[in-house]
Amino acid sequence: MSTDALHDITITINGVPRKLQVPARRLLSDAIRHDARLTGTHVGCEHGVCGACTVIVDGAPVRSCLMFAVTADGADIVTTEGCRAPDGAMGPVQQAFRECHALQCGFCTPGFITTISAFLETNADPTEPEAREAIAGNLCRCTGYQNIVAAVLRAAEIRRDAGPGR
Amino acid sequence: MKPGPFDYYRPRTVDEAVDLLAATEGAKVLAGGQSLVPVMSMRLASPAALVDINHIAGLADIEVGETGVRIGALTRHSALEHDPAAYAANPLLRRTLAHVAHPTIRNRGTTLGSLVHADPAAEMPGVLRLLGGSVEVRSTAGVRTIEAADFFVGPLESALNDDELAVAATFPRPPDRTGSSWCELARRHGDYALVGVGALVTVDEGRAISTATVALISVGLTPVVVEVTAAVTGTTVERAAWPDAASLVADAIDPEADIHASAAYRGQLARVLSARALASAAAAAVGREAA
Repeated sequence: MSTDALHDITITINGVPRKLQVPARRLLSDAIRHDARLTGTHVGCEHGVCGACTVIVDGAPVRSCLMFAVTADGADIVTTEGCRAPDGAMGPVQQAFRECHALQCGFCTPGFITTISAFLETNADPTEPEAREAIAGNLCRCTGYQNIVAAVLRAAEIRRDAGPGR
Repeated sequence: MKPGPFDYYRPRTVDEAVDLLAATEGAKVLAGGQSLVPVMSMRLASPAALVDINHIAGLADIEVGETGVRIGALTRHSALEHDPAAYAANPLLRRTLAHVAHPTIRNRGTTLGSLVHADPAAEMPGVLRLLGGSVEVRSTAGVRTIEAADFFVGPLESALNDDELAVAATFPRPPDRTGSSWCELARRHGDYALVGVGALVTVDEGRAISTATVALISVGLTPVVVEVTAAVTGTTVERAAWPDAASLVADAIDPEADIHASAAYRGQLARVLSARALASAAAAAVGREAA
């Protein structure tokens, strides 16, 4: 008989190690929201299609609704809350979203912020087609994407202006 | 949309993993989980136990040798896609992986997991069939190697037994003077293909075509391989009658209709994409020869 036995795991979220007790079936998205109480990560479709729950796991953006928290034991995770500047001000992607009006209702935004933050680490000077490709796995039902593409390019500009290390 | 409860096992070695699979009724292997987790969340599957192989060391290696590219059970799609040596040995892998879902999914999903999942619309099973690759599986009984032609049994069904763990897959290096390509059409970029076609074309030293083969996905219950050499043999790359070759493909398949496309449309796509993929592979074959 399958059980909901609890498992002890440690995941580092935005630089803070957290010891959690979770059943094996706890999705990482729910562990972040309900157990770690970080509600910036949003859960949309919950089957990997919409991208709202995207977080950065060991440097790479991943759908947190498609991972079990137990599997993430030992991982280093960055959520949208962790995409801010070291001084606590808005990070470059967050700043660009504000400047470019890249959100309306904001539900999908946390997934875009994490996806784009990780993307700019690998491509600091993207072209517009590259910017579109980078966000192709994230759905937004408000904006029509034009301003989000603009925000990717603007965020790259802000990062470059800020110099190395953001 | 939450998965049902299950017993969770986290082996540290392959031996431990196969022992668990042998001893645990109804256990499934968890690798990338990009197909398994949504299926569990939708309660289409409720395995009694999961054997999580993500914490086993040494399963993520990519080995590039004379025979081809060998991947492990934890080689993520994105790792294979971005591996320079794998690309140099076989550019078809990177070109096709770019069509597998989205980068975020490829960061977590494993190529071997996609083979074992055996979705009839998935790209990498088509590539393994096209190249004539194989999958290496382990159980408490030992190791066996399953050829690609025998591996895909039906939709979402591979030749893997319940107590077996797929530990590696080999994508053979194509012969000299061989070009390859992948073409597909999906409703939205990153969606499953309505039809996908991989092509391999080998030319002789006089630039005449010696063999031409395609593998198609989404036109049958498993990937379909069609040898079309008869339509183009001995002709040069420039003069090859690719539409004739595509007609051979259309005769060899029997696509079904579903919510995404009619059977006739799939047949037409198979014809058009086959001609396109073959022409592109042929161009690559002479390009490689010149280089």
